[in-house]
Amino acid sequence: MSDGGDSGDGAGSGDAGDVDLAERAPTPVTDADHDEWLDALAAGEGYALVCPDGHGSLPPRRICPECGSASLSREPLGDTGRVETFSVVHVPSPRFADDAPYVTAVVDLGPVRTTGVLRGVEPAGDAIEVGLSVAVGVEERATDGEPLVVFRPANDG
Amino acid sequence: MTDVRVAGVGLTRFGSHADRAGRDLFATAAERAFEDAGVPRADVEELNYGNFMGALAEHQGHQAPLMAEAAGVSCPATRYESACASAGVAVREAVRTVAAGDADVVLAGGMERMTNLPTDEVTEGLAMAADDLFEVRSGVTFPGAYALMATAYFEAYGGERRDLAHVASKNHANALPNEYAQYRREVSVDEAMDAPPVAEPLHLYDACPITDGASALVIVSAEYAAEHDVDAPVAVTGTGQGTDRMALADREHLARTPAADDAAESAYAAAGVRPEDVDVAEVHDCFTIAEVLATESLGLFEVGEGIAAAREGVTAADGDLPVNLSGGLKAKGHPVGATGGSQIAELTRLLRGDHPNSEHVPDADVGVAHNAGGTVASAVVHVLEVAE
Ligand SMILES: [Zn+2]
Repeated sequence: MSDGGDSGDGAGSGDAGDVDLAERAPTPVTDADHDEWLDALAAGEGYALVCPDGHGSLPPRRICPECGSASLSREPLGDTGRVETFSVVHVPSPRFADDAPYVTAVVDLGPVRTTGVLRGVEPAGDAIEVGLSVAVGVEERATDGEPLVVFRPANDG
Repeated sequence: MTDVRVAGVGLTRFGSHADRAGRDLFATAAERAFEDAGVPRADVEELNYGNFMGALAEHQGHQAPLMAEAAGVSCPATRYESACASAGVAVREAVRTVAAGDADVVLAGGMERMTNLPTDEVTEGLAMAADDLFEVRSGVTFPGAYALMATAYFEAYGGERRDLAHVASKNHANALPNEYAQYRREVSVDEAMDAPPVAEPLHLYDACPITDGASALVIVSAEYAAEHDVDAPVAVTGTGQGTDRMALADREHLARTPAADDAAESAYAAAGVRPEDVDVAEVHDCFTIAEVLATESLGLFEVGEGIAAAREGVTAADGDLPVNLSGGLKAKGHPVGATGGSQIAELTRLLRGDHPNSEHVPDADVGVAHNAGGTVASAVVHVLEVAE
């Protein structure tokens, strides 16, 4: 969820019951709190949702998935993260047809890990190492221009 | 708990049946299971049916009533979906239903149709088992997800691609005599090493094929078997299930599968057996690295040591602990929603002594089956034992 302050509405802020179905475009799918998070990440203001016990998660969330706490607050992500694992993908899904070969990576950003595409490196298994320091941002998918979480080697490398 | 028995097992040949409707595939497996069991269809009290991507492959939702018709049973029927563990959870519910005394005869299994779709659509369909917002939109494919786990494993515990090539080669060798297997062809370690990359470090022969097929099991209570003179020497003595965070990035460890640890712990406890009692295992090797992770979660090897098992021959047909004597998902094939049932079918035959590879485990009493969904956000483990 985007804001811990309005969670008292039992109907849920995402309730679309009163929307005229005829006006709803079938695509693209929108996921309000997640889209807002992507926009923040693109603006260099990425955040995680953190519970009082320090478990991090990413929106949309109403409850900490680790401990069930409903008290989630935004905590800024660090400027850089660490590549925990990666793969060079040669056989893509249709939505990544023109992106391949590309590197998918899981990066530790402090309160959370997340998954994205690692750019600015040669897409070859022996050209990348676990532990690489990267910056996180949002760029366009080559195939269709949709927003994509992208990591690039950090300047302070 | 009521003593639960496998009265009969049935499979289609795994492979390409692109021209056959899903209901026809399941009907074939069910017919074979009834024939094997010698149990009349009229005695079936429930159908538990697994399927993952039928809505995509056949534009067919609500498949359970359709499969009940196809199998010729008239009883409550439910479809179970848990990605690649769909049939595993269907079988588990059958076991629990019979164990609880709620039914004496349950038909369980599953079906998947995949080869009628273009490969890129299958890739997209399989990716639906991952977290759409945080994984699929970030370029994670099904092989890509296991590749992330393989890289993390190598980093944490060592091992290399060649170790995984030994898993592929072993499972292809095991599939040779299996009449139900998709690939009955040997693949050498060097051939696997030279294959093109899919998602590095995984190459073509690290991955299971795209497969059509169905599985069916007739699960009965021991009382029913005794009363009706049904030959059912293999018992399901333990069942367990585990769940983990959906996205790999959210897991505590990127090279372990705690959902399977939990499933195994429950199943072993119910059966009253320990990992060292296991004589033979069928595990979910959708990718070669998955077999390594599975055997470690099952406690057959210490964490970080499963990687060497195939290379050292321990898990080979003539090794101390044969794993995937069926050929595994790797060579036998992986019709996603049918796989969990087919593992129980293979294990039952291995323990009964009528499997083409039974000669490698002539004294086996305890078998374990491990079925996983997604990157093991879901896991199901069953313990089978020779009861008679
Ligand atoms: Zn928490």
